[in-house]
Amino acid sequence: MAGAAECGGGSVALVELSRVERDMEIAAIRRLLHDKLGAAVGVVEEGPHYESIRIDDDAVERAAMLLRDTPELRFDCLSNLSGCDYPGRGAIDIVYDLYSYEFDRSLVLRVSTRRGDPLVDSVERVWPAANWLEREVFDLLGVRFRGHSDLRRILLPEDWVGHPLRKDYVEPEQYHGISTVRESMLGIRSGS
Amino acid sequence: MSLVNSVPEMVLTTKVDQLLNWTRKSSLWYMLFGLACCAIELMQTGGPRADLDRFGMAPRATPRTSDLMIVAGTLTLKMALRTKLLYEQMPEPKYVVSMGSCSNCGGLFQLAYSVCDGVDKVIPVDVYVPGCPPRPEALTDGLILLQKKMSEEKWLVRPSAEEAALLS
Repeated sequence: MAGAAECGGGSVALVELSRVERDMEIAAIRRLLHDKLGAAVGVVEEGPHYESIRIDDDAVERAAMLLRDTPELRFDCLSNLSGCDYPGRGAIDIVYDLYSYEFDRSLVLRVSTRRGDPLVDSVERVWPAANWLEREVFDLLGVRFRGHSDLRRILLPEDWVGHPLRKDYVEPEQYHGISTVRESMLGIRSGS
Repeated sequence: MSLVNSVPEMVLTTKVDQLLNWTRKSSLWYMLFGLACCAIELMQTGGPRADLDRFGMAPRATPRTSDLMIVAGTLTLKMALRTKLLYEQMPEPKYVVSMGSCSNCGGLFQLAYSVCDGVDKVIPVDVYVPGCPPRPEALTDGLILLQKKMSEEKWLVRPSAEEAALLS
């Protein structure tokens, strides 16, 4: 019985803590990061569906470590890591979707890297799930991740040329003798 | 005098071609090989309700003992090379059934950079089964069509000079 009472007490404390922490505004999280990392932490950006914090490309791993290990945050899960090409401003953005199981809270980080030589810190040592996700971003967008243990293509064949999710990707006419020129019923011609 | 009446009743007369074709089409072993969602319907077709076993069909785990390749699903360019290799590993005579829109023409994904729009760009196809995915009834229909094709083959006829030139 004593054991059960202790367990009950513990979970009550957890619920109280999470109620406080769930209300933690994204601005407060940003302030916390800013206190530790300084100018590497950018502004909070409003998106159509969510807010995100912008981080410098060489501070990602430190920011990730902080977000995971700070007791008030505990973002212990990397839900997704994706990339997006913005040729207009010469950048590729990497988007980190984080989730905290303890506080039932999500957070989005955005990191910009130069399109000509995209290089970002790997977060594989913080969240091992990043291994395959970073390989996917490398495969499709050509972003290199500093400190990744095994950075090679994950979806496309090893001998593939180019990174297809880049906006200026030009599809080769053939792949090992298989023609990739496609004629659709709508008259859209791709592959050339 | 008819040949039929001159031999005992337990003897059955047929043509060699017909006998060969009948035995071959009645034990069509297909390769256990699926690429995408069509493979789920392929499994259903092999299951107790549609029951491919009643045609003498059995899945084989290796191309070396398979007569038939059922290409079930989206063929990516990465897989296209491997599919070709698997086809080449099958012993002659061999058959290919292209199952579903993706394998027929690339289907929904035909404009994607990684997709080969049609397995017939890589290997010859005997029967195309339309559908996305085809139901077990449709695949069974396609396989019966293939059996029909097989039963009309001629093995003992020496090819004419023209045909031989075409074959070589």
